[in-house]
Amino acid sequence: MGTLLEVNNLKTRFHTPEGTVYAVNGISFKLDEGETLAVVGESGCGKSVTVMSLLRLIPIPPGEISSGNALYRGVDLLKLAEEDLEHIRGKEISMIFQDPMTSLNPVLTIGRQITESLRTHMGMNTEQASRRAIELLEWVGIPDSTRRLDNYPHQFSGGMRQRVMIAMSLACTPNILIADEPTTALDVTIQAQIIELVIQLREQVGMTMIWITHDLGVVAGLAERVIVMYAGFIVEEAIVDDLYEDPRHPYTLALLAALPRADRRRDRRLKSIPGAPPNLVVEPHGCPFAPRCERVIDRCMNENPVLTQVAANHKIACWIDVQTGAPR
Amino acid sequence: MTTTTATPGPIAQLTHDVLEAPPLTLRDLAWRRFRRHKMALFGGITLILLVAYALVGTLIYPESYANHNDTGQALQAPSAAHPFGTDPIGRDVLARTIYGAQISLLIGLAAVTIETLAGILIGALAGYYGGWLDSVLMRFTEAMLIIPEIFLLIVMAKFFGNKIPDINLFGRIFSGSVIVIVVIIGLTSWMYLARIVRAEFLSLKENDFILAAHATGTPNLQIIIGHILPNSIAPIVVSATLGVANAILAEAYISFLGLGVQPPTATWGNMLDNANSYMDTAPWLWFFPGLLILLTVLSINFLGDGLRDALDPRSRTV
Amino acid sequence: MTRYIIRRLLQGVPVLIIISMILFALMMNMGDPVAAMGGRTITRTADRERLKRQLGLDKPIYVQYLYWLVGNDWTKVDLNGDGVAETPGTRKGVLRGDFGTSLSIRGKSVVQVISERLPNTLLLMIAAEVFIILGALLIGVYSALRQYSLWDNVITAITFIFYSMPIFFIALLSMYLFGVLFKQWGLPYLPTVGMFDPQIGQTPGQVALHMVLPVLSIALISFAAYSRYVRSTMLEVMSQDYIRTARSKGLPRREIIFIHALKNASLPIVTVVGLDLPLLLGGAVVTERIFAWPGMGRLFLDQVGRADTPVVMGILMMIAVAVVVFQVITDIVYAWLDPRIRYGT
Repeated sequence: MGTLLEVNNLKTRFHTPEGTVYAVNGISFKLDEGETLAVVGESGCGKSVTVMSLLRLIPIPPGEISSGNALYRGVDLLKLAEEDLEHIRGKEISMIFQDPMTSLNPVLTIGRQITESLRTHMGMNTEQASRRAIELLEWVGIPDSTRRLDNYPHQFSGGMRQRVMIAMSLACTPNILIADEPTTALDVTIQAQIIELVIQLREQVGMTMIWITHDLGVVAGLAERVIVMYAGFIVEEAIVDDLYEDPRHPYTLALLAALPRADRRRDRRLKSIPGAPPNLVVEPHGCPFAPRCERVIDRCMNENPVLTQVAANHKIACWIDVQTGAPR
Repeated sequence: MTTTTATPGPIAQLTHDVLEAPPLTLRDLAWRRFRRHKMALFGGITLILLVAYALVGTLIYPESYANHNDTGQALQAPSAAHPFGTDPIGRDVLARTIYGAQISLLIGLAAVTIETLAGILIGALAGYYGGWLDSVLMRFTEAMLIIPEIFLLIVMAKFFGNKIPDINLFGRIFSGSVIVIVVIIGLTSWMYLARIVRAEFLSLKENDFILAAHATGTPNLQIIIGHILPNSIAPIVVSATLGVANAILAEAYISFLGLGVQPPTATWGNMLDNANSYMDTAPWLWFFPGLLILLTVLSINFLGDGLRDALDPRSRTV
Repeated sequence: MTRYIIRRLLQGVPVLIIISMILFALMMNMGDPVAAMGGRTITRTADRERLKRQLGLDKPIYVQYLYWLVGNDWTKVDLNGDGVAETPGTRKGVLRGDFGTSLSIRGKSVVQVISERLPNTLLLMIAAEVFIILGALLIGVYSALRQYSLWDNVITAITFIFYSMPIFFIALLSMYLFGVLFKQWGLPYLPTVGMFDPQIGQTPGQVALHMVLPVLSIALISFAAYSRYVRSTMLEVMSQDYIRTARSKGLPRREIIFIHALKNASLPIVTVVGLDLPLLLGGAVVTERIFAWPGMGRLFLDQVGRADTPVVMGILMMIAVAVVVFQVITDIVYAWLDPRIRYGT
């Protein structure tokens, strides 16, 4: 099982009239074939911007990918010419987005929206593409697929639309599927169905996935490895089980502690993280979590900790040992 | 793991202040956006210059000079003595454009005042009370909107004709037709604002703070003027600004057709009346007034665009 | 569907009645049409009175309006001034399609007068409209795709300038440049007056040549406004999520712009164009006056000047009805184009 994707020191910023927004500040990770990597963090921590930067989907002015590389099978996606990148998008690396209503074109039939990838990337003609599209719709669990091909997005329910998006993204059997919070906008019950579907599909085709979410519960059922992001940095990276059982970064600890649990004492208040996420318009200096960290020491204010290995398949970016409170 | 939430230590507090930029007030944001809009700045400056032209100019050229006709000097090309040339009866074009500026700008502002008041009145009543009042007012508004403005202006100009006598104000004589033009432009342009105001009222009146005002017994008039209106000020300001441009153009058109402001009062529009008879022989007759109209309307449009961006960024720019 | 159309059209009726009443009332105070017509032949008071009675101008305003609306062939008119109505009226009224006869152009019905001028105006306006739409689409889309670039800023500045120009200024400038200066410089120049050169006659070539300047003037101003609208619509569409999805699928840029984006942008654009079309009927009053083009705008201006109520009302009502009808048509076209409405949930 080789490494499909290797991202090194990715930095993305946005130039706005109010200043430069430092959205992604040096992200590095690897993605192996067949694995599911979850990216977790609160809103605004840079998870979406990271994956969109990989496919260069961010608007380029005002956005700017200022450094780093993203090696897909050895080719740097960030330096590829646009026409070559178009061959990879949708065909080798696909994406599904958060809001299926706005992510589907309201004036085109979903049949068209599925077949256009097939015609562009697989060279199929209309008839072949339509037949394949019908198969895809059935595969993701949409009944009456032949008739549904001519329907428009607004004629589907939220969960159905997300299934359509999944069908669209898997049409050309991509090597990597990137899912950007695909279930956040859905009902909890529908959310469960979609995740079920994805797990099923994954088993059938052995897909490699990056799954972005802010919901730690979803991560547990779906991913093998997890990256925790904060303010554009990776603060912890571990195998799922290790993350839940042995979290080593204060932020991860705080996130897990903030989860409402059925076995907690009723009279305790929910534990929230004091303070607010940092203003990304300021160039990062020192550890981004320091202002809110319970275990902060002087070094944290001045030096940004580098992501280092602390155990097998477990990395954190922190100056202290979270159990003892002492510097490492 | 501790079970109490620790308050951030003094170091953390300090960095908290440093790392977070001070919040920008709405006014700050609006000013920044406006400033970015270089065209709006250009518009604003040009407008100030034009107003100065209209006011300062009167100190240099008295009105009698503007009206002084000397057929011996008729139709002279621009020269040192007459920088903009002279018209068919020998009047200095530059001086006339200065006084024309006053009237045109005045008409623009006055007409906008009328149309803004009318638009707010009708839009507020329709939007706030709804029901049959809304239906009636909106039918009426639609009826007025169906006919193109220029046709309405022509018909109304003819209707009011010469019914209003000349006015004597500050020792200067103004043709009664100025009042007529102001009124008819005001009466034919309020519809757009009325619809906007109505839409604002329809959406704002459902807000909780309005319900609260009702619940505490605030009289309707106070709710309209004190609560809802201030919240819809942005589109009103933008509309009024752009309305001045529209009014100046409307006055120019109607005066050009000979139905607008009558002599001896000069406006940029009526200086162009019959200009095409002299089109090739005396292009300065139409060029300078036309250019001034263009500059005025252009700067107002830039200004209005900038205001719209600054005050109401969600709205669409044209 | 048909019921919906009929209902919408009927909704327009009260508005039309209101506007006709307002306009009629205004027209009635225009002045004395009898005094304005045929000066030399009608000098005797008795003749004038007779003419007034014939034209129904001696009646109070609400009666005149009534006769205008529903005719007077169901009642008798007093023609010989003896106070007794004896002659049956001949008018059928607007509701039955009879717009009456012109007060100033003797012998011609309003419909005749209008239909003589209408084609000239339509020629001008439709040509202008085609240029406006094509130009606006081109420039608007291009501007949107190159937002903030030098070209975009230049185009924005230029469109603002054209949009702020009074039409007579553009008209006079273009006349001066292409008609006068070109002639002076010995270059081929464009004609500036009328529809054709009377010495050559009304040939298609002549008309086309004479059309250039007026169409240019009309088109430049409207095209400026439209292209801004197209630009802002395209910008809004291009920032939508579904465009991001289309890009993530690796679709070619051309397909994304012209199919994914433009199809969505065309909806509001179609609405704006549809609502603007009926106004073409009125022509451009100022332009027609400057270029001496014998169209509806000039007709209107002239006839208002002569207090010719039937013709003026005829023109205004024609435009009003067209506006109402086009509003309904635009709604229907929009509903047909937008699948969210056509195949509702």
